[in-house]
Amino acid sequence: MARPLPFKIAVVSSVLFIVCTNFVCCNNGRKVGDVMDTEFSGFSVPLEHSFEVDDVAKFRVRGALVLKAGREPSVSLTQSQLSEEDRTKLKDVAAVDGLYRVRVPRVFLQADRQTERQMEGYLTAFVRACAMVESHLSDVISLHTDVSGYLIGVSIVTLPGACRGTEVEDEVDLEVFNTTLSIMAPVNAPGPETALFLERMEMESEKKGKNPQEQKSFFAKYWYLILGGAIFLMVTNSAQPPAGGGREQS
Amino acid sequence: AMARLIWLCLKCIMLYSTVQAVFEDQVGKFDWRQQYVGKVRFSHFDSHVQSSKKVLVATENNVFASLNTRTGELFWRHVDKTGPEGNIDALLQHGQDAVLVVGNGRLLRSWEINIGGLNWEIVLDSGSFQSACLVGQQDTVKHVAVLKKTIISLHYLSNGHQKWIENLPESETVDYQAVYSGGNGEVYALGVVPHSHIAIVAYSLEDGEIIKQVIQMYTPWLSNIQASCSVIDQGVLTCVDSATVSLYMLDLHLQSQMTQIPLQSLGLEVTPGFQPVLVSTQPNPARPPLSEFLLQLGPEHHLLLQLNNGHIVTLRDFKPLYVQAFLKKDDSVGYRVIVQTEDHTLTFIQQPGRVMWTREEALSDVVTMEMVDLPLTGTQAELEGEFGKKADGLMSMVLKRLSSQLILLQAWIAHLWKLFYDARKPRSQVKNDVTIENLSRDEFNLQKMMVMVTASGKLFGIDSKTGSILWRHYLNNIPSNPAFKLMVQRTTAHFPHPPQCTLLIKDKDTGLATLHVFNPIFGKKSHISPPPLPQPILQSLILPLMDQDYAKVLLLVDDQYKVSAFPSTKNVLQQLQEMASSIFFYLIDSSQGRLSGYRLRTDLSTELIWEVVVPTEVQRIVSVKGKRPNEHVHSQGRVMGDRSVLYKYLNPNLLAVVLESTDLHQERSFVGILLIDGVTGRIIHEAVQRKARGPVHVVHSENWVVYEYWSTKSRRNEFSVIELYEGMELYNSTVFSSLDRPHAPQVLQQSYIFPSSISTMEATLTEKGITSRHLLIGLPSGGILSLPKMFLDPRRPEIVTEQSREENLIPYAPELLIRTEWFINYNQTVSRVRGIYTAPSGLESTCLVVAYGLDIYQTRVYPSKQFDVLKDDYDYMLISSVLLALFFATMISKRLAEVKLLNRAWR
Repeated sequence: MARPLPFKIAVVSSVLFIVCTNFVCCNNGRKVGDVMDTEFSGFSVPLEHSFEVDDVAKFRVRGALVLKAGREPSVSLTQSQLSEEDRTKLKDVAAVDGLYRVRVPRVFLQADRQTERQMEGYLTAFVRACAMVESHLSDVISLHTDVSGYLIGVSIVTLPGACRGTEVEDEVDLEVFNTTLSIMAPVNAPGPETALFLERMEMESEKKGKNPQEQKSFFAKYWYLILGGAIFLMVTNSAQPPAGGGREQS
Repeated sequence: AMARLIWLCLKCIMLYSTVQAVFEDQVGKFDWRQQYVGKVRFSHFDSHVQSSKKVLVATENNVFASLNTRTGELFWRHVDKTGPEGNIDALLQHGQDAVLVVGNGRLLRSWEINIGGLNWEIVLDSGSFQSACLVGQQDTVKHVAVLKKTIISLHYLSNGHQKWIENLPESETVDYQAVYSGGNGEVYALGVVPHSHIAIVAYSLEDGEIIKQVIQMYTPWLSNIQASCSVIDQGVLTCVDSATVSLYMLDLHLQSQMTQIPLQSLGLEVTPGFQPVLVSTQPNPARPPLSEFLLQLGPEHHLLLQLNNGHIVTLRDFKPLYVQAFLKKDDSVGYRVIVQTEDHTLTFIQQPGRVMWTREEALSDVVTMEMVDLPLTGTQAELEGEFGKKADGLMSMVLKRLSSQLILLQAWIAHLWKLFYDARKPRSQVKNDVTIENLSRDEFNLQKMMVMVTASGKLFGIDSKTGSILWRHYLNNIPSNPAFKLMVQRTTAHFPHPPQCTLLIKDKDTGLATLHVFNPIFGKKSHISPPPLPQPILQSLILPLMDQDYAKVLLLVDDQYKVSAFPSTKNVLQQLQEMASSIFFYLIDSSQGRLSGYRLRTDLSTELIWEVVVPTEVQRIVSVKGKRPNEHVHSQGRVMGDRSVLYKYLNPNLLAVVLESTDLHQERSFVGILLIDGVTGRIIHEAVQRKARGPVHVVHSENWVVYEYWSTKSRRNEFSVIELYEGMELYNSTVFSSLDRPHAPQVLQQSYIFPSSISTMEATLTEKGITSRHLLIGLPSGGILSLPKMFLDPRRPEIVTEQSREENLIPYAPELLIRTEWFINYNQTVSRVRGIYTAPSGLESTCLVVAYGLDIYQTRVYPSKQFDVLKDDYDYMLISSVLLALFFATMISKRLAEVKLLNRAWR
């Protein structure tokens, strides 16, 4: 009888925990209301970025990633616009061929408690700032998890990816992020396909069985060739005198 | 169903594969093998027949072999299991028999030493092995005694049967360490209670009854009998103690008190800090040992002493005696000595101090190797040198060219003359020994210099054509746990600059590293002094940048993430500054599961730009494989059945990271493959092979990764291949940049069953990459299999269609078969193959292969057959006669036609 009580406490406290931490996380995001509306099982982590002219990373919050664990993990992103100041800075960084970096904290998606989710350290990735500018902030961010649901890496590319040196005149182009986001778990590598192969073999042998022409034995099919060959051999053998014998005597 | 499956596979292979094998007359023409035994632990001269020319060796590599004392070649060799299971604990020899104790006293084996056949083998009772000796009586040796921690047993020498087995008294306290028999029907077990006393038990040879048991004698100085004691003369146990600087003697038969003889009383002095060593000789186990014995007093100071009626007489004082003590002497008139030096060289010396032969046993443990092109000959170099010089005008250039052509002509005539001259001599007399002086590149660059680095720290330069060792160099400051990385900084292509190799030697414990810079052709240490490396080194990379002397730049990253360059001339530093923003490197910390990427800054510091962390609780990083920098890919894509092109994803910065689960349960274990771009840290593909376990062998080349693992579900070895394609369109066909490839590649994967486990795997490599690729697989059986990559193709169709037939795709079959023709080393077994090295030759069709392990095997492979070489038996006569005939036929018919035309005109 002693078991249920602590168990209930654990459940309640964990629920409380999630609620509390969600609140904490929400403070990171700019649009508080959006994060609040997320489903109960999802949780949010900050997506941070950094672009500095001197290339010393100073990460600031870019948006909030809402991760949903489960069989098929999903992710969504809420992010604000770039400020006037940031826009000019990004252009400046692009001019000196600096880097635009992003980072997310290491998290464990499958954990039940917020404390277990967060782990020490960050996952970082980068793209050339000029590519970011020239693509008008159209980036593709993918998060990779491992087998057990740990976030192991983040990658960012822009579309298009090249830096051609084209000027971005219109400031409006650099206001809103156009982000394509995905979360990827490892693909199950295929094993050797024996079942299908055997099935195919069966079918082939059945097909053969139906065709009586194929059922004939080797000799039955090619007796005339073998006979012809044998006769030919006999003829050639009798025509030639035994070689070598003469040499031995001399 | 299985039989049918195999039958179909056979049919497929018959239809599609190219047959390749060695003809009988090609055996040994392009390939050679060298067999080694390893570092010797025990050795015995076969002395029971005067004319015998055998020496038996048992080595630390668990090899038992017989060497020919005249030539140093192997008579026979037995390679046991690796690790402690096959460890050879003792080697005893009597007459035709050699008795071995194997696997910490697990097995007792007797070998016939003439042909190396096994006489018998028995399994011994469990217990940790201590010592063994042969036991004889009345001049015949019939038994062997084995002493273990708690028991002593006696076995018949003829069949290995156990005669008796006895428990050792008080074996909990007494540490029995040695067993001795002097041929008087008694077997003595000698034990010691460390720092307390000696215990001696005498057993009767007949029934194992304890005859005498003595536990006495206060010997606090003694802890190890085998190290400091030895039985001499009529059973006198003699020990030497370095603390009191004296000899202790005890007669085993009389059991009297131990007598102490200070060495000073004999007028002897021990080198300070040296543990003296006693060595006695017992030529016949049925008789007591000789009364003469050796005492080593210092590293280079040996004494030959004799025990004469209880008195010690000094017979001879050897000051510098380099002969190692465990080695055997024999004969009263002559002597022969086999010496092992610390570079693992075995040298055999016969009486007048003549070196009969040497064996480089260090080559049994090759760690890494490189193949370097041989230099050009003088005339070739002359011609080459012309291009390097500054032009001083048209006329002089023409003259120079003419003169060098003249030299070439001269050389060619001389060569022809030599050919003609040699042709008249019988073939056996024509010798072309390769020496370091006449080394030069051949027409097709098939002969190269193999630079091999061995675990003992000895470097070798071996001619790839003959296998002869052309130079050797021993590095004597190697740390105990070293890691080596060999890099070619300058090839032979930059005459007059000598080629240059750099060996990075890193202490795995401290991370501190040193560089050894040398000329790979002559083995000489370079006069260029490498920079001192005070910090532990994390990573090294060779850049394609060159300094003004054409040496590639080596970058070393230390644990402060600071980068140093070698060579670090002004020119290099300037180039580095210009290139800094495009120099990226990665670091992997497998203990924390962290993969991180860095970019070089202009001030040679670095900045972290990406980070991927794999949690170590779930999996660990086992290996990381990049692509080989000298790899060329000829075609950018594959032509499909419908004539469209599928472009390959050829990312030179791609890394294949292998992960293995920490959970080894067969249901939950897995093997993961991560394909990561080494510049951007982008995870290109992530696959997991469930219910699989290592060891994983990986080959990563072109646009594919092949790996082999153990499937715990099906209990078999499986191969899997991943291929990456960009698709039907190429993103940027001119240049590949990791920073600008936004689209993820298409990934195809397929797996196959492989009927054997494998030891190592490598892919063939050719000059231009036109030749199709093969996988070279080293099998534990000693075979090297050349498996066409065509069989490992994820596009092999399940159902054959017209298009797949057009493309020459083999229909999918789940099993990869091992065909005997695919063994490139026919019957030349390569024992314990650990690595395979491939190098391109000057011929596109030919790839040079070196397999190393306990043995070294060198050969050539032709993955697409010799399409660029005429066959040996090519019929030159026929083709030239046909050509001539055609020529004359056209001449005659032309003439006839003319006559006819003329006639017609007259008409």
